[in-house]
Amino acid sequence: MIFSTEKRKALAAAFEKGDAVAGRSLTADAWRRLLRNRAAFVSLWVLGALILLALFGPFILPYDHETPDWAAFRAPPSIESGHYFGTDQNGRDVLARTLFGTRISLLVAVIATAVSVIIGVLYGATAGYIGGRLDAVMMRFVDIMYALPYILFVILLMVIFGRNVILLFIGIGAVEWLTMARIVRGQTLSLREREFIEAARAAGQTTARIITRHITPNLIGPVIIYATLTVPEIIITESFLSYLGFGVQEPLTSLGTLISEGADVMEVMPWLLFFPALFLVLFLLSLSFIGDGLRDAFDPKDR
Amino acid sequence: MLGFAIRRLLSTIPVLFIALTICFFILRLAPGGPFDEERSLPENVLANLQAHYHLDKPLIEQYFRYIGSVVRGDLGPSFTTEDFTVAELIALGLPYTLILGGSAFILAILFGVASGIISGLYQNRSADYVTSATVMTGLIIPSFLMAPILQLVFGVQLEWLPVGGWGDGSIAYLTLPVIVLSLTHIARISRLMRGSLIETMSANYIRTARSKGIGEKLVVLRHAIKPALLPVLSYLGPAAGYLLTGSLVVETIFGLPGIGRYFINAALSRDYGMVLGTVIFYMVVIVILNLLVDLAYAYLDPKVRVR
Repeated sequence: MIFSTEKRKALAAAFEKGDAVAGRSLTADAWRRLLRNRAAFVSLWVLGALILLALFGPFILPYDHETPDWAAFRAPPSIESGHYFGTDQNGRDVLARTLFGTRISLLVAVIATAVSVIIGVLYGATAGYIGGRLDAVMMRFVDIMYALPYILFVILLMVIFGRNVILLFIGIGAVEWLTMARIVRGQTLSLREREFIEAARAAGQTTARIITRHITPNLIGPVIIYATLTVPEIIITESFLSYLGFGVQEPLTSLGTLISEGADVMEVMPWLLFFPALFLVLFLLSLSFIGDGLRDAFDPKDR
Repeated sequence: MLGFAIRRLLSTIPVLFIALTICFFILRLAPGGPFDEERSLPENVLANLQAHYHLDKPLIEQYFRYIGSVVRGDLGPSFTTEDFTVAELIALGLPYTLILGGSAFILAILFGVASGIISGLYQNRSADYVTSATVMTGLIIPSFLMAPILQLVFGVQLEWLPVGGWGDGSIAYLTLPVIVLSLTHIARISRLMRGSLIETMSANYIRTARSKGIGEKLVVLRHAIKPALLPVLSYLGPAAGYLLTGSLVVETIFGLPGIGRYFINAALSRDYGMVLGTVIFYMVVIVILNLLVDLAYAYLDPKVRVR
């Protein structure tokens, strides 16, 4: 590095004395504006409550998601019996199943989003930073993937991966990274002209290190926003695949599987459709409000 | 204009080719084959079948054979539906998918644009909130959930409409599938239209038009709507693609005999020819639709036209 250790120490000391006015960081500012957005604020609480319920609810419930209650088959929701959401044809507690399904849907969403973020960010940052012919080739490839009808591709992936849940959703994530790659590339194009990148290059940093240590951390804002918007899409895709019978299979279950089962018997046992559907809709609603809120909060136009 | 169209079409050929190659090898890497059945075939019969479809040849040779026949415009035979070629099967399902997708497309544009204009003109007033909230349900409730709800309400409870099937193809049978298919896109188009109309209405030339004393109605109709439609237009290409693949769900839920159902069955039974054929068909349709949208864009936007 250019600075010697002593000089850096002196600098750090000068900064610590705090003769600068305490500024508001971009993130703190955005966070404050997000909390002022009423829809996003409520959604944050709803989402948090749902996640906590899905994670810890099953430990408190007297019933689990697969053991039949021989005393209550097809029981409608009631407070006395302890089946607050009723039971299904096999006497399984719908509340326990819904919470378990929410867990699986959440897990899938987190894994697939993480995969799409990692691939998308690295791919986009590399294309954008190196540029030139490599950029052209890499982005052309993204265009090609866009031309593929997405659902067909997911079904093809599912044919390969068979019934393995985790692999399947790594597959979904691997398809979902395209838009992320485009957004990141666009951001990187403007970032690479900035002085601190030039400084890093002058200091002799390798390209790989500049991309991972200097470009990527500066992409966090747009990446978080887009990831929030990706999560509901993945939940919908997963539910849709499960609905068609391709996704999550027994003994596991997900919101999509539950909705599909519930739709078959909605005339006689509407609670089997209603509660999983309610959870799914609450999830999608709160996530999209938070996503929109984040986008507005980070948008410099209406600051 | 013609040169532009031809150049665009030519540039998509390598894209189609590479996509086809990826699909071909993904499909062949998958375990299982078209002739795996519960009761396994005698070995010599299986060998004959494989020889007939050239499945006994090395993968690379099969690949070039397949590409060769596609270039000649032949999608080959279906592997599991006897006596049918892929092209014949697609032709069988196509009318249903086209009617379904086409109606949903028109419905999505009409309602999307109309509700977007209302929201945009009455920005942040009660008319905007009511319209936006109604339209947003289409985005929040996914089609596989909306379909059973509508079936329950209009099919079972009220008995106004049939729950599923094609029937005689009359409007009654089409109503629910088309609505379910178009809701998401009504919502997307509406949001696009709202945003772009709000932006357009604050443009300088709108102020000019107003200052010349033109009535508000004329300002909107004559000056604001056409430029505000541009973002909607560029969404239509992808939207048509989504509608095409979205019909997969709707066809499955409502039991309609379109292409989507053939595709799902083909994927499940490893009907290589049919899967690849359907993928090619979908891609060609999407490419052509995107081209049409680009041409329409060039026609509407003078800035693009000049280039």
